[in-house]
Amino acid sequence: MKLEFVRNFPLFCIILTLFSGPLSMILSGRKARYLNLGVITAVGVMSFLVLAEVSGSGNPYVYRMGHFPAPWGNEIRVGPLEAFMALFFCIIMLLSMIGGMYERKSEIVESKENLYYIMVNLLLTSLIALIYTNDLFTAYVFVEINTISACGMIMIKQNGRTLEASVRYMIMSLLGSGMLLLGICFLYGLTGHLLMSNIQESVARIAAAGTYHPPLMVAVGLMCVGLAIKSALFPFHSWLPDAYGYSTTSSAAILSSLVSKGYIFLLIKIFYRVIGFDVILNSRIINLFFVFGIAGMMFGSISASRENNIRRMIAFSSVAQIGYIYMGFGLGTTLGVMASIYHILSHAATKSLLFVAASGLSECSGGSKEISRLTGAGYRNRMAGVAFTVGALSMIGFPLFSGFISKILFAQAAVDEVGKMLPTLIALALSTILNVIYFMRAVLIIYTPTGYVSAESGENYTQVRMRMHPEKSIVFTGFILLNLVLGLMSQPIVELCSRGLGMFE
Amino acid sequence: MNLSNLLVNYEEAIAMVLFAIGFSNLLMQKNMIKKIIGFNIMDSAVYLFLALKGYIRGHKAAIVTDGVQSVDVYINPIPSGLVLTGIVVSVSVTALMLSLTIRLYRRYHTLDIDRITMEVKRGGDK
Repeated sequence: MKLEFVRNFPLFCIILTLFSGPLSMILSGRKARYLNLGVITAVGVMSFLVLAEVSGSGNPYVYRMGHFPAPWGNEIRVGPLEAFMALFFCIIMLLSMIGGMYERKSEIVESKENLYYIMVNLLLTSLIALIYTNDLFTAYVFVEINTISACGMIMIKQNGRTLEASVRYMIMSLLGSGMLLLGICFLYGLTGHLLMSNIQESVARIAAAGTYHPPLMVAVGLMCVGLAIKSALFPFHSWLPDAYGYSTTSSAAILSSLVSKGYIFLLIKIFYRVIGFDVILNSRIINLFFVFGIAGMMFGSISASRENNIRRMIAFSSVAQIGYIYMGFGLGTTLGVMASIYHILSHAATKSLLFVAASGLSECSGGSKEISRLTGAGYRNRMAGVAFTVGALSMIGFPLFSGFISKILFAQAAVDEVGKMLPTLIALALSTILNVIYFMRAVLIIYTPTGYVSAESGENYTQVRMRMHPEKSIVFTGFILLNLVLGLMSQPIVELCSRGLGMFE
Repeated sequence: MNLSNLLVNYEEAIAMVLFAIGFSNLLMQKNMIKKIIGFNIMDSAVYLFLALKGYIRGHKAAIVTDGVQSVDVYINPIPSGLVLTGIVVSVSVTALMLSLTIRLYRRYHTLDIDRITMEVKRGGDK
């Protein structure tokens, strides 16, 4: 009986976060904050129990929603990979929310603070629903909820920059979701189903018979390109630097590490559970991903090295990292997808760390975000300096940290694929060099002992005394530990993920 | 390529043309209001397409009338349900976009997104 009860938890997670959103509306900012932290923790604990249950039993299970059975009703599907992703997203979200707490106090109007938590709770709902759902149209609805709440999280700071960034973000996202919706409609017209497993059966039949090839390819193309636009793959990234660079710290951390990853996870599900990986391989859409992924790696890194604002630099680095993930898809092997999944984890753990650390560094430099003004910031705020260095090393791919493992996995996956081996390895090498250039420049500047002295006003930040934030130290320790765990104990995690991915078929 | 199929399924063809019109308007118009109109045309085209997928010629809307329960009388109700869900989504997104547009207009006194971007860049981090 106890076993049965744990199986309800994915649904409880979705319901709990969904209802805590509107509940925050009538609470004061402080209470809404505690509710939000409590909900994230509760969802994390429940996801952990679900993970223990499904990896113990070794079988994924399907949870029926409502009265109607399989071909008509709505379903949730829970496997080890899904439960692990939910748990991981909760950890990142909890750390990012606590890490940005101090900045939020000054950046968000106090009477509107509870509105921010509505957005965060709804964002968590949509991420968890995207992870678990087995129904394509439900996925579309939650993609839209995800977009709307992310837009709210960008614009909560209410200055011209964030308003403009959120409008640009909405426009790009709407183009993407329009294409996704049209793709789903094509697929529904072809197969007559909305549940992922039923669509897969029908698509396999259609592909085997060789009929309806053009519409199937159109549907695949529309869905893949739509989700690529939404997750800011290289030519569609124009909104990203402003949205990440000027929003409040916890928004930037959550947007960069979780929001785009939710769409990418949906894309993986579409690859394996909706269309079937063989059909995707035959469609050659992955070659497109490969090319644009590599282009994104190069362009993102080059733009980042020309950037003088530390937040925008980290944001451009996100463009490059999204490029890595799509390059992994582009390899067209399960190993490549596995490397991408690992990179989702390592990028999420590292990028949120970098955003929180960067805000700590600029706080002790008169609130400036320009890299040159951060000179010596690593001495003024030691914890943030160490955390930034760890994040930078992990992004570069230094052994011990998570980025190293994902780069190794990409290289290993590339070796199996003869035609794409050389471009992948060259791209990895070049991008690593570029990463070293801009991240090490930043690390060297923050550890230059002279300190910044402003030429005009003679302002000197060396004497700035840091107020201690105990919660930030905890967050930095948590993020660094997470990076070390992903970097040093990768084997069980890789095994868990590949087992979960194997159950996707 | 057999173009006569286009004539037979002219409704679907029209839906695709509308989708293209809406998509390019949302992407390329400078005026925010025109962008939002483009978005609505795009989504309506998808709903038209989806509704056509469930329509069966000569059948009636899927509401049981006079106790007739045979499937040969009614259309497929699922696409209609999906269209309703989709309309709810696009209405809320439209409301959000319009409210953002109002805020931008109050701040910059223009609806032109490119000019707003220029103003933002000039204004710095205000």
